[in-house]
Amino acid sequence: MLRLEKRPNPSQAWGYLAPILAVITTMIGGGVMFALLGKDPFEAIRTIFYDPLFSEFAWYYRPQLLIKGAPLILIAIGLSMGFRAGIWNIGAEGQYIIGAICGAGAALSVYPLDSVFIFPVMILFGAIGGFAWAMIPAILKTKFGTNEILVSLMLVYVAEQLLASMSLGLMKNPEGFGFPGSRNLQQYASAHNAELWTGTAIHMGVVFALISVIFAYIMLARHQMGFHIRLTGESPKAAKFAGVNPNKLVIYCLGFSGALAGLAGMFEVAGPSGQISIDFNVGYGFTAIIVAFLGRLNPFGIMLAGLLMALTYIGGEIAQSSLGLPSAAIQALQGMLLFFLLALDMLTNFKIKLAKAEVRI
Amino acid sequence: MSKTLLHLSGLTKAYPGVIANDDVSFDIGAGEIHALLGENGAGKSTLVKMIYGLVRPDHGTMLLAGDNFTPAEPRAARAAGVAMVFQHFSLFEALSVAENIALGMENPPKANALSTGITDVSQAYGLPLDPERLVGDLSAGERQRVEIIRCLLQKPKLLIMDEPTSVLTPQEVTTLFTTLRKLKADGTSILYISHKLEEIRTLCETATILRGGKKVATCDPREKSARELAEMMVGGTLNSAKLQKTTLGEVVLKVSDLSLPPQTAFGTSLKSISFQLHKGEVLGIGGVAGNGQDELLACLSGEVRTAADAIQLNGVSLGHMPPNTRRALGVLAAPEERLGHAAAPDMTLTENAMLTAMTRKNLSHSGFLDWPRAEAYAKLVIDQFDVRTPGPHSAARSLSGGNLQKFVIGREVLQDPEVLIVNQPTWGVDAAAAADIRQALLDLASRGAAVIVISQDLDELMEISTNFAALNAGRLSDARPMAELSLDEIGLLLGGADAAA
Repeated sequence: MLRLEKRPNPSQAWGYLAPILAVITTMIGGGVMFALLGKDPFEAIRTIFYDPLFSEFAWYYRPQLLIKGAPLILIAIGLSMGFRAGIWNIGAEGQYIIGAICGAGAALSVYPLDSVFIFPVMILFGAIGGFAWAMIPAILKTKFGTNEILVSLMLVYVAEQLLASMSLGLMKNPEGFGFPGSRNLQQYASAHNAELWTGTAIHMGVVFALISVIFAYIMLARHQMGFHIRLTGESPKAAKFAGVNPNKLVIYCLGFSGALAGLAGMFEVAGPSGQISIDFNVGYGFTAIIVAFLGRLNPFGIMLAGLLMALTYIGGEIAQSSLGLPSAAIQALQGMLLFFLLALDMLTNFKIKLAKAEVRI
Repeated sequence: MSKTLLHLSGLTKAYPGVIANDDVSFDIGAGEIHALLGENGAGKSTLVKMIYGLVRPDHGTMLLAGDNFTPAEPRAARAAGVAMVFQHFSLFEALSVAENIALGMENPPKANALSTGITDVSQAYGLPLDPERLVGDLSAGERQRVEIIRCLLQKPKLLIMDEPTSVLTPQEVTTLFTTLRKLKADGTSILYISHKLEEIRTLCETATILRGGKKVATCDPREKSARELAEMMVGGTLNSAKLQKTTLGEVVLKVSDLSLPPQTAFGTSLKSISFQLHKGEVLGIGGVAGNGQDELLACLSGEVRTAADAIQLNGVSLGHMPPNTRRALGVLAAPEERLGHAAAPDMTLTENAMLTAMTRKNLSHSGFLDWPRAEAYAKLVIDQFDVRTPGPHSAARSLSGGNLQKFVIGREVLQDPEVLIVNQPTWGVDAAAAADIRQALLDLASRGAAVIVISQDLDELMEISTNFAALNAGRLSDARPMAELSLDEIGLLLGGADAAA
């Protein structure tokens, strides 16, 4: 009989090993799933994990990693702060949408004015938009004790309706021949979140993602706020004893993750996507939850996890077109990754023991 | 001596990394009150669990009244005539006494017969109890009676009692002892687990002492002094804490009319608590847990805010201040729950040092944390308080209860507080560590600090307090000099006599 036994100290080795093993077991589990779907498992795994990086078209896919990875990392860094403290913002997708609407709105409201100040203002509005949207669950939680998981999640659907209304009404392109969607910001130089160096796909959002990783690392390791966040997650009573104000922490964590999600939305709408449209959001806000846990809520871990998750997105798209894999299978693969990670994570704090058969008298 | 009821021979039980019981053999005679003594971790509970069928021994044999005794589960043990009263009661507050007793029986008789049975037993053994009352309305002593009667209805040959007096007032203890002596006279054997040596010396005729899983001795406790017994338990000489005679200084902390509504559905409210604390004073606050101890500590530590004027330190009102502002002023606290309140279980000792010492030990500079300094402070606490651990990088949960408690107390004491409030400082701590902790508190007071010790352990309070007050149902009695109080008076205070007057 197998038995789990709690380790006196968390195992560091397993902390690093668990994510790697999770990727490997996901490949095996995914391979089995693809085989059941009637595809060659080895080819499918290779297409998803290997081709985007090393095939003959890799020159096209590699920059895509940054484009997909940056918003995931930016959002996940924000979420990880709250997750560490046991504050569950599940509505990053909504904050991402509102950030995009506010950022794009700031630019469209002054169109076609040409100024170097427009893009910084858009960044500010994007962050404020996401922050404000996250304040709704935060204030409801601190004032009335509502559950932030439900409120933030439901606000995603409100944000989606708002997005649709914007693309069909207020923000609709007057020169767009009646099609839904705003003006394309890629064609509005002052507002375009363009590549900083041609061919690298590094836009301002990538830079912000990197800054957020470093910021979060310093915060958690060296600053009082980060210590209080970790303490609250470990033991809320001890945190209260240490003098942490739980309400302030809720405001801070939800506000920070909302602002970063808003930023991610703003960089997306001003850059790779270009316009506010009904199907602007593609689930980064939800995938970022997986990224945050896959990265073990550690800033540098999240950076790697964000790139890995971007890889499955890109590899998944290739597999869909070249092998005809259904998109649901790719989502299942991403879910498997989280599942295996959480399962293997147990081994950081527990060890598996063979239970000895007890000797009878 | 009478004939043997339970014969234990070579009982051994190993858990991963520790041998809980190593070749333990002794006999319990029929109609004997047999004490089982030992520090925490000495293997008392494992041994009792084997007798009660909760744990199976790796080796060894048990004979009950001459027959092979291998209970596979508690039900088998009960059927064979072994009953047990646990330290923590398992009663439903919303049900009546009779209903609770019926729930614990294999074949409960009809309600009427049961009520008669309860009344008969309670009268026969001097345990007054009305079968129709709700358990929620009973005191701790009365609840214990419910557990005892539940056992007695099964007419056991051996009754095991685990720390039965830890929640009782002195008067209730006397009643319990009368009952136990009656049981003994009727031929029932009792295995009595306790760490209160004086009690054992008055009650028991045989004592078996365990240390580190091994039997040290079986002796007659009436022929030994409490100190000799304690030293057998610890395996060395024991220093008892000594209060240096100091004259009390001026008033440091003044609490006046401190009231608090209940914080949770089952919380206790504090009712107009007032007292004054002097420099060099150790104020012992006695009372059974659940009478407002946690709430009082939370009000003093700053986890719960009250009216500003209710708490004053040297004339400064601080009832409205958060914990760290109070720490800066010199009011420190150590809550009862070590893991999860005083310390975060999965964090290292360095991080746990940061938890309360951030302000006074200057471990943070404009929000940025000075980890090397925190680690140095954790090391200092570990050294000065003899905390047994590989080092400051160990997680708090990896420490034993006594060692973690020494760390928690040391962390506060070394911050040089003006006022230190501790709740149950030696609860579940082995005798040697408890003595160290008491001495540290007394040393702190002799250096001029004021100390409040909230404790259920009367022996402890009598040993270290200058003044004594009792907390009962959220009311605090007037503080009186410990030396002037008799045991009877203390018992009356604990029962709320002062508050009623």
